[in-house]
Amino acid sequence: MNHIKQQIIVSGVGGQGVVFATRLLAEAAMEAGLNVLTSEDHGMAMRGGTVVSHVKVGAFRSPLIRRGQADVGLFLNRENLSVHRGLMKGAGRIFVNTDLPGEYLHCDATGLAKDAGAVVAANLVLLGYAVRTGGLFCTAKQAENVIMRISSPRQLELNLKAFRRGTGDRHEM
Amino acid sequence: MPSKDERIMMGNEAMGRGLVECGCEFFAAYPGTPSSEILTAAVGFAKETEAKMHLEWSVNEKVAYEASLAASYTGKRSAVAMKQVGLNVAADPFMRSAYLGTKGGFVLIAADDPGPHSSQTEQDSRFFARFAKIPVFDPACPAEAKAMIRQAFELSEKYEIPVMLRPTTRVCHARQNVSCDQPDSLNRAPYFEKNPGRWIATPQFIPELHRLLNEKIEKIAEEDAYRPRCFTGDKSKKEFSIIASGVAFAHAYDLLDDLGLSGKVDLYQVTLPYPLHKDFIEQIRSQYEKILVIEETYPVIETQLLDLRVQGRRTGLIPNRGELTPDVVQKALEQFLDVPPADTAPPAAVKGKRPSLCAGCPHRAAYYAIKTTFPRGIFPSDIGCYTLGMNFGAIDTCHCMGACISQGTGFYFAYAGEENPPAIVVSIGDSTFFHAGIPGLINAVFQKARFILVILDNATTAMTGNQPTPQVGIRADGSLGNPVLIPDILKACGVRFIRECDPYDMDALSSRLREADRYCRSEEGGIAVIISRHPCLLDRSAAGTQLVLAVEITEDCTGCEECLNEFECPALTADKAAGRVVIDENLCVGCGVCVSVCPMGAIVAREK
Ligand code: SF4
Ligand code: SF4
Repeated sequence: MNHIKQQIIVSGVGGQGVVFATRLLAEAAMEAGLNVLTSEDHGMAMRGGTVVSHVKVGAFRSPLIRRGQADVGLFLNRENLSVHRGLMKGAGRIFVNTDLPGEYLHCDATGLAKDAGAVVAANLVLLGYAVRTGGLFCTAKQAENVIMRISSPRQLELNLKAFRRGTGDRHEM
Repeated sequence: MPSKDERIMMGNEAMGRGLVECGCEFFAAYPGTPSSEILTAAVGFAKETEAKMHLEWSVNEKVAYEASLAASYTGKRSAVAMKQVGLNVAADPFMRSAYLGTKGGFVLIAADDPGPHSSQTEQDSRFFARFAKIPVFDPACPAEAKAMIRQAFELSEKYEIPVMLRPTTRVCHARQNVSCDQPDSLNRAPYFEKNPGRWIATPQFIPELHRLLNEKIEKIAEEDAYRPRCFTGDKSKKEFSIIASGVAFAHAYDLLDDLGLSGKVDLYQVTLPYPLHKDFIEQIRSQYEKILVIEETYPVIETQLLDLRVQGRRTGLIPNRGELTPDVVQKALEQFLDVPPADTAPPAAVKGKRPSLCAGCPHRAAYYAIKTTFPRGIFPSDIGCYTLGMNFGAIDTCHCMGACISQGTGFYFAYAGEENPPAIVVSIGDSTFFHAGIPGLINAVFQKARFILVILDNATTAMTGNQPTPQVGIRADGSLGNPVLIPDILKACGVRFIRECDPYDMDALSSRLREADRYCRSEEGGIAVIISRHPCLLDRSAAGTQLVLAVEITEDCTGCEECLNEFECPALTADKAAGRVVIDENLCVGCGVCVSVCPMGAIVAREK
């Protein structure tokens, strides 16, 4: 039995693909044979407010991450650090979509996504980037399997391309 | 994992799946966060598994409850789902259904919203269940919510009693890996057995039905299947016990693990908070000195324990309002178990961007026209996306579904004797109007009230995920219904002034509003209704058909920010450095409505 336990937050604003990134992580956990619980802010959040999702992989029961407990943080915009950084562990790894350096790992996911075809795929670039650094519970292969399984046919090519921009795998379909 | 069908499911989807798997044949609901996706999911799963099932978005929760209850009278399994305040609307059939009971299993899903995140109260439906003398399950996660649907049907059928399942927002919206099975094929032929003493139950039958109900509840409280589950400690803290239910139990479980206390103190999960298991109550009182109860949102378990040593809401260890987040539970656990606080850093002030109506939203245009036409007006409004009109001062009240129309009557008569009374402009969404607005309108017409009623008709229930309204004529499963038209209803309610207008044309709407005001104040005046009609932009197909303009802000912008403060389109943002306003191309839908908002004429639009 696998004893991995990992708590991940995905932070952004409505329309940035927090929900899709969260779903992808959940499916990847299942793909890896792990239990998973996720939750995200709903309702008014879809009208453009701040959104954060919690992903708990492994033997957890509660769907929420307590302050100071997240192992990994994926920030789809830098402004959200001021709002959600408090959820991170001191030793937690923070990945930010920005070209500005700071106390975090970062990549210009929006720029790379634009390059790959559409800014909306910045979420996948950032995910790919986090996977590449070994910060996430899953492998690039598992994540790609999930992308292929859950993307709409219209989005599949873009999603894979964006994810590979993040992992640095220039080999495209 | 070969043949095992495991899927990531939202709590609401898991419950929808549970209903289909249990052979439920009638399922009605009214949308409301956090419960809305249950019915949509059931529609999908019924199609997938070819289950035979009637599924409907009813016009309101009372209607949904009554329809579903009658289906149970025929022996079929039936269910109804709503959010907690929806149960207030359905309170009448709900309370009585405990006395009369059911035949086929009948499950009520009432989704609570501690916090609240998107509700007008944070009431605890388990309390309502106790008030009604109806058993209630309290799931801690999506997989459990699905499993409890089956337990609820079985309990309901064993005792012929309605059973409530009370998930909270965190359970409804959490996602989890959940395993799926094929639906039971019960193939029950409908059989309604006439029994006037029970199904009519005039007052003389009630004492006996009440006696029976009490007996059922007594027996259920003795069922060992619903005795709280114990996660036993190693006796190192043997005088302590923690009793929790719902997602608060899940938080407590993870927290004890984090604090290094799992397996040291006895932790109980209550799955059926009412009626609380009888022997369990005795056991807790005799076995422990220190007892902590953690539950959302009101003290339901706590008050059934009838023990003054119990710590919880009564003693203030658990706050008496708000959601029990892991941070809150942590503090309570540390105090109760007398362990040093892990960290004392104050929680980060979670202040995100405030939500606002979408860019190009037709409601914004309607509101801007209303408030600029009547600067002195009183604006009762109602529940839906359009409540966000409060951000820019376009609405003055919001109470409960349909209340704004009755409030219009109240305001009208309160000001009626005054010289030059303010214009009263009531705004209500189309779905809310169908839900509970019609009786208020009949009353207003009958009482000779005079006000303007603007029906914001965007042809959907946008707030909760765009469920179609009766006027649209499409049913929950996508099949056609008989459309019921708002103008026909208005005429039948006795309204004599009815106008329609697209709010994107704000000048036209403004002149309709002035015309309506003159009508209200004229000798023969009464209720004036304007149907402000434009589809919700979240409805992709409708949005695709509308004209898209190229909109720009010219050098004439003085940075007065009138457009930001009074109109608040999210596509308009201040460029503080430049002292002007700019348009965010990614958000702007090119509706062109803002053009008439700028006093400097700095916003210009042209056809692309
Ligand atoms: S666009 Fe018009 S209303 Fe908005 S800040 Fe500029 S001048 Fe003022
Ligand atoms: S045209 Fe004006 S009102 Fe319409 S979406 Fe663009 S900025 Fe907003």
